[in-house]
Amino acid sequence: MCLGIPGEVVELLDDGRDLAMVSVAGVRRAVNIGLLHEEKLAPGDWILIHVGFALSKIDEREAQAALDWLQGVGDAYTDELEALATSDIT
Amino acid sequence: MSERSELTIGHSSSASEASTPSDVTPAAPSRANWAEQAVADHAGAEHLTREEQVLARIEKARRKKSRVKEERITLSHGAGGKATHTLIDAVFLDAFRNPVLEAMEDGASVTIGGADESGAGGVRLAFTTDSYVVHPLFFPGGDIGDLAVNGTVNDLAMCGARPLYLSAGFILEEGFPVADLQRIVDSMAKAATAAGVQIVTGDTKVVERGKCDGCYINTAGVGVLERPGLLSAATAKPGDKIIVSGEIGDHGVTVMLARGELDIEADVVSDTAPLHELVADLLDAVPDGVRLLRDATRGGVATILNEVAVASQVAVIVDEASVPVQEVVTGASELLGIDPLYVACEGRLVTIVDPAHADAALAALRSRPLGEKAAVIGELKDDPPGLVLLRTSFGGTRIVDMLVGDPLPRIC
Amino acid sequence: MRFVDEFRDAATARALATKIAGLCEPGRQYKFMEVCGGHTHTIYKHGLEDYLPETVSLVHGPGCPVCVIPMGRVDDAIAIAEHPDVIMTSFGDMMRVPGGRGSFFDSKAAGTDIRMVYSPLDSLKIARNNPDKQVVFMAIGFETTAPSTAMTVLRAAQEKLDNFSIFCNHVTIIPAIKAILDSPDLRLDGFIGPGHVSTVIGCKPYDFISAQEGKPLVCAGFEPLDILQSVYQLLLQLKEGRCEVENQYSRVVPWDGNPKALEVIGEVMELRPYFEWRGLGFISHSALQVREKYASFDAEKIFNVPGVRVADPKACQCGEVLKGVLKPWECKVFGTACTPETPIGTCMVSSEGACAAYYNFGRFSRERVKEATHT
Repeated sequence: MCLGIPGEVVELLDDGRDLAMVSVAGVRRAVNIGLLHEEKLAPGDWILIHVGFALSKIDEREAQAALDWLQGVGDAYTDELEALATSDIT
Repeated sequence: MSERSELTIGHSSSASEASTPSDVTPAAPSRANWAEQAVADHAGAEHLTREEQVLARIEKARRKKSRVKEERITLSHGAGGKATHTLIDAVFLDAFRNPVLEAMEDGASVTIGGADESGAGGVRLAFTTDSYVVHPLFFPGGDIGDLAVNGTVNDLAMCGARPLYLSAGFILEEGFPVADLQRIVDSMAKAATAAGVQIVTGDTKVVERGKCDGCYINTAGVGVLERPGLLSAATAKPGDKIIVSGEIGDHGVTVMLARGELDIEADVVSDTAPLHELVADLLDAVPDGVRLLRDATRGGVATILNEVAVASQVAVIVDEASVPVQEVVTGASELLGIDPLYVACEGRLVTIVDPAHADAALAALRSRPLGEKAAVIGELKDDPPGLVLLRTSFGGTRIVDMLVGDPLPRIC
Repeated sequence: MRFVDEFRDAATARALATKIAGLCEPGRQYKFMEVCGGHTHTIYKHGLEDYLPETVSLVHGPGCPVCVIPMGRVDDAIAIAEHPDVIMTSFGDMMRVPGGRGSFFDSKAAGTDIRMVYSPLDSLKIARNNPDKQVVFMAIGFETTAPSTAMTVLRAAQEKLDNFSIFCNHVTIIPAIKAILDSPDLRLDGFIGPGHVSTVIGCKPYDFISAQEGKPLVCAGFEPLDILQSVYQLLLQLKEGRCEVENQYSRVVPWDGNPKALEVIGEVMELRPYFEWRGLGFISHSALQVREKYASFDAEKIFNVPGVRVADPKACQCGEVLKGVLKPWECKVFGTACTPETPIGTCMVSSEGACAAYYNFGRFSRERVKEATHT
């Protein structure tokens, strides 16, 4: 029910009904962007879609920061594994 | 903050009163009789305290004889999932019971003209029927006509038969455009030629406007079983490999989107295709290695794997990352909250093969365009029997159960 | 898929799992509640619990809007749908929710016109195409979905559509969390906050959970790595003796929420004095109703709604499951009288319900399965 899916704005539909064409992995649907009035949306922006409405504009900087953190966790783990593999305690 | 935002946030509420507020006296509640009855039907079971015990009891409950609990047929009964199985078990199988039907394969394998009861010296035939009620009648990649031919051809092919003859029955709605009918019949003719079968008998009925949705088609088919051995969901063994012949879910997603109700567009076309040649190549390449063939129609790949798990009492282990799915199908599935494993295909088969022959089987499938994306998606183990388990791409484990209910529209 | 696949990486999950295990104090049991049913669904769908130490358990909360609909409201909706000129629309999740006299599916089979829609806006299209019918949208959902319903009503008002109304069953999350916190039989160490509700209400409304109740909350995204990271953040807070509201899902959730969404809810809807929740009973100020100004779009005013109350079946323990007191399998009727094909309780209906998620995805013994899937 609270299903929200990220989609990319492909085109702002200029028909006075607050619609934007959004693509989710190549699947396109017109989505109502009336709840994002404050945001300046443009093609290439990513939004979170819920029951045909854009609820939020995805903050790419925050997304990158989250991924960087996760990447760091993964790298540290890999390094440790490698260190373990090459260590010689005999 | 304004009063407006406060109301959604709920700061002002005294929400902790989880009882009836004093200023209201709601009507005394009634009881849901059906629910009390359902509970009473299962009375006597002690309250088990360990998860293992509860799971064992559930397995027992699931093995019980099926009974249709609903008073009326709902759409779930036609969705190919659990409700369909229950209906078939409890109503049709119970009334028509015989050994051939009990095998519950895609088609019946019968012997005609044998010298004795064993059928020795007789002709082995495969016989099947299927009805087509897809809406819309025309969709990207096909229409109800080629679906009706390919679907029945494929059911015969899945029995290991060479398809020969088809029947075609039409139920038409008063007012249906003749031009549309012509278009449908033309594509049936084309599909029959492509599949090397002849449509040798038929029937036409017209019903009053509103009594059906334009055009429904029933086809039955006969094929000849030229190879020895029997393909069956009950012959699978631990260690066997599971192969699908291509990307799954294309047909179901295409038809759902073609209905237009979801207002979703995507570049995806139905995979409807005859599979008998692909099957012939596979059986030629590994004559002794194929345990079972199924085309993944209603209920999708997940339903077939559940049938195998139950019929052969094996654990089916599927590796999510190796299941071939087109990106648009994944996208549509995410958007609609459905799982491609349950979405119908009309030109994809699932086969269970002896592990020693898996590479040869895969090579045989991949040598034809229809099978070029074939992949091994998992294997069978002995424990826990009857379950389909998915190793998720994320690295976790979950069950893939039979489809329950079906929020999806008519797709075949 | 961007913003999805990156957050499902198995290698990163293994690394994060090691960090999580490292934060757990030996001998201590941790219990975190994921409030939102969407999280419950993600946890089971991806098999996320495989990555958690046995001492960390996730308790499934009440944030499944389908699960909290009481039977009486389903009966009321069906009573509306039984008017000969009514087309009822609803989300697919609602179709199998049992009322005292059966579900929408049963009602449809008996002759009513109930249709599934993807978006509330789709109901307007149906209304425009059927001017001689009354189209009633069965509106359900938390603050995530309420703005969409409100926008739909505003659009209907703008178009002066006189054959569209909503049967409003929108509920609010904070009172439900308060009810959980007041439950005497549950001890929690922290909350995984509902990410998509928070896109609307922001993170501030959770302050009381950390400030007054002394529980940390991490507002989490819906991909499995989001949830693992949130568990990590909760454990880190506990280890460092902090108790805060944190936002793991900052790529989607602004700290202050979506003011426009709050504004449209406030324009169209107001708090109900009380509302009955499945299994939780009456909770005051926990749901929304249509404001008088938009009464012509309020199905409860247009139709004679019977206001049915149906008691939860005695054996059904949805309330305890929704409060996280019972694990799904601990309910007396789980898997026998109550299954996804014949659900008694709502938790068994929606794919986000704890019981359905457990039955469909997690109904196996981890010990036995480990050997089958990891060799």
